[in-house]
Amino acid sequence: MEVSEITYLQAIHDAIDEELARDDKVFVFGEDIRQWGAPLGEMKGLFKKYGPNRVLDTPISETAMIGAAIGSAATGLRPVVQIMFAEFLSVCWSDIFNAMCKPRYMSGGKIMFPVTILSYCGAGISAAGEHSGCLDGMEMSIPGLKIVAPSTPYDAKGLIKSAIREDNPVQVFYHKKLILGGLKGEVPEKEYTIPLGKADVKRRGSDVTVVATMLMAHRALAAAEKLKARGIDIEVIDPRSLAPLDKETIFKSLEKTGKLVIMVEEPKAGSSASEIAAVVAEEAFDLLKAPIKRVCAPDTAIPFTPALEKVWMPDEDNLIKAVTEIM
Amino acid sequence: MKIEKEKLLWMYRTMVQIRVFEERIGSEFAAGKIPGFVHLSSGQEANAVGVCANLRIDDYITSNHRGHGHLIAKGLPLDTMTAEIFGKKTGVNKGKAGSQHLTDMAVGCLGAEGIQGTPVPVAVGAALSAKLRGSDQVAVAFIGDGTLNTGRFHEGLNLAAAWKLPFICYCENNTWAESTNIYDVTALTDISQRAMGYGIPGVAVDGNDVFAVYEAVHEAVARAKKGEGPTFIEGRTCRRHGHFEGDGHLYRSQEDKDECLKKDPIPRFRKKLIEMGTMTEAEADQIEREVKEEMEKAVKFAEESPFPEPEEVYTDEFA
Repeated sequence: MEVSEITYLQAIHDAIDEELARDDKVFVFGEDIRQWGAPLGEMKGLFKKYGPNRVLDTPISETAMIGAAIGSAATGLRPVVQIMFAEFLSVCWSDIFNAMCKPRYMSGGKIMFPVTILSYCGAGISAAGEHSGCLDGMEMSIPGLKIVAPSTPYDAKGLIKSAIREDNPVQVFYHKKLILGGLKGEVPEKEYTIPLGKADVKRRGSDVTVVATMLMAHRALAAAEKLKARGIDIEVIDPRSLAPLDKETIFKSLEKTGKLVIMVEEPKAGSSASEIAAVVAEEAFDLLKAPIKRVCAPDTAIPFTPALEKVWMPDEDNLIKAVTEIM
Repeated sequence: MKIEKEKLLWMYRTMVQIRVFEERIGSEFAAGKIPGFVHLSSGQEANAVGVCANLRIDDYITSNHRGHGHLIAKGLPLDTMTAEIFGKKTGVNKGKAGSQHLTDMAVGCLGAEGIQGTPVPVAVGAALSAKLRGSDQVAVAFIGDGTLNTGRFHEGLNLAAAWKLPFICYCENNTWAESTNIYDVTALTDISQRAMGYGIPGVAVDGNDVFAVYEAVHEAVARAKKGEGPTFIEGRTCRRHGHFEGDGHLYRSQEDKDECLKKDPIPRFRKKLIEMGTMTEAEADQIEREVKEEMEKAVKFAEESPFPEPEEVYTDEFA
């Protein structure tokens, strides 16, 4: 298979570009798309390529943007709306939670909303407390919403294409640090998609199962090398989709390891780690040989200064400590 | 403005349908046959009908908690609506929506919303879709005066105006947001002037006069179809019932309630149509009898319909 090495940012761009080209019902809108191609540049050139009927600049009006996505999706289009930083989702929370994710069910199946929401998440760039968060766990509590959180260029491209083709609302998170860090990876030259709800085993191992998303998946892989030197072999699973969650892949790994650490970049209470831990404790308790560990951020706001932000973010040392505690 | 006879008779019948429906739902609720709570639109019929008489079945509306009238005027049948409000399997939304969230894309109803303000941006999205698809459809958001002070009203109107969308925001100003009078919480007395802030036309009409509503909306639809953008219309109307059934609206003066009864849009329209020779007294009576019969059947249909099976709780979550 022909592959090429591209950045995480390019992968996001290419997914949106290809879907715009593939289906004229798809259109994208958000703030700063025309001039900047969105603030971190993942839509660069798309306005020029597709014009003002496919790529629209909006005012700072998150509730109107989500409303516009709902109304246009219900009437035959496939909107992709960029709500810039994950925290901004809280501005239009009711519009997502009530107006977008409930009516499919409440209408008895008489309406559908093929909406894709794109948001930047993640700390590590001193963006301070309102531009650094991951809201995965909060969104996992919304029935009717699918959530993807890719950690590699391959996953980003394949999952975003699937999200845009999905007939239900999908939240896509992509990590700022992976964009700005210039993460590269191989993607097939040929078109491909990745189904929602399918985890990926990023590293095979036999001693401990580590479930980690986005930047944390990379930190888990780095920690794996250090743990190997100590004779501990961890398996790293990236769920890629948080809703639906691929429980089977996690359970299958636990059949081998019997031990689970979940590493995510959110305050611990109500995090995606909490939900994954609850699912395992409830449905696969017999597979566990040790308590489940959650490696998360403290239950605080995200501090600005790099000196504190570094401490706030879960790192390799936090993971190594948690793994060794249950060995 | 000349309106053809057939349409005038449809308008009269539909106003009567809404009144009969609302009053019957009110009495069924009082009899304990309806779960939850209901908000009735009796007295406001000229708004729903004056607006929807200008719309095609494939035009879009969004509605609100006081939405039965809008949905009837847009074409939802009384029987499946009644069954829905009774929580039955045969309801238009299988009993999952109830009074406040009635939705049916088959007649262009994107949904009644329980959260104030939401109907505005959602209808703006439908208008955006019409424009991007190159269709000549229009979208109307029905809101009440209580919605005027939400952020969604502002964001939605601004976006529709900036993008010149085929959108109409129709505000039924019955002056009461639950128990709060609009003029106690808004300094502006001419609500239609809100439109000036968005650079779009703002029109105030007598919302108890179906001709006035029809004409204002007719002009707004024409403007929308010409690509000239949205219009904000304030229909000055009144609410005959409390906020919800069971609310004795003791916060209103007797004078206010009496005034409201005097402004009843239905006898006014009936009188006018008879004067115009559009129908006779006997024909008007006949329409009323037919509608009452239709509602009687709708209630029977709802009562005799089964509740959904327990398994239904797990269906319809995803497309």
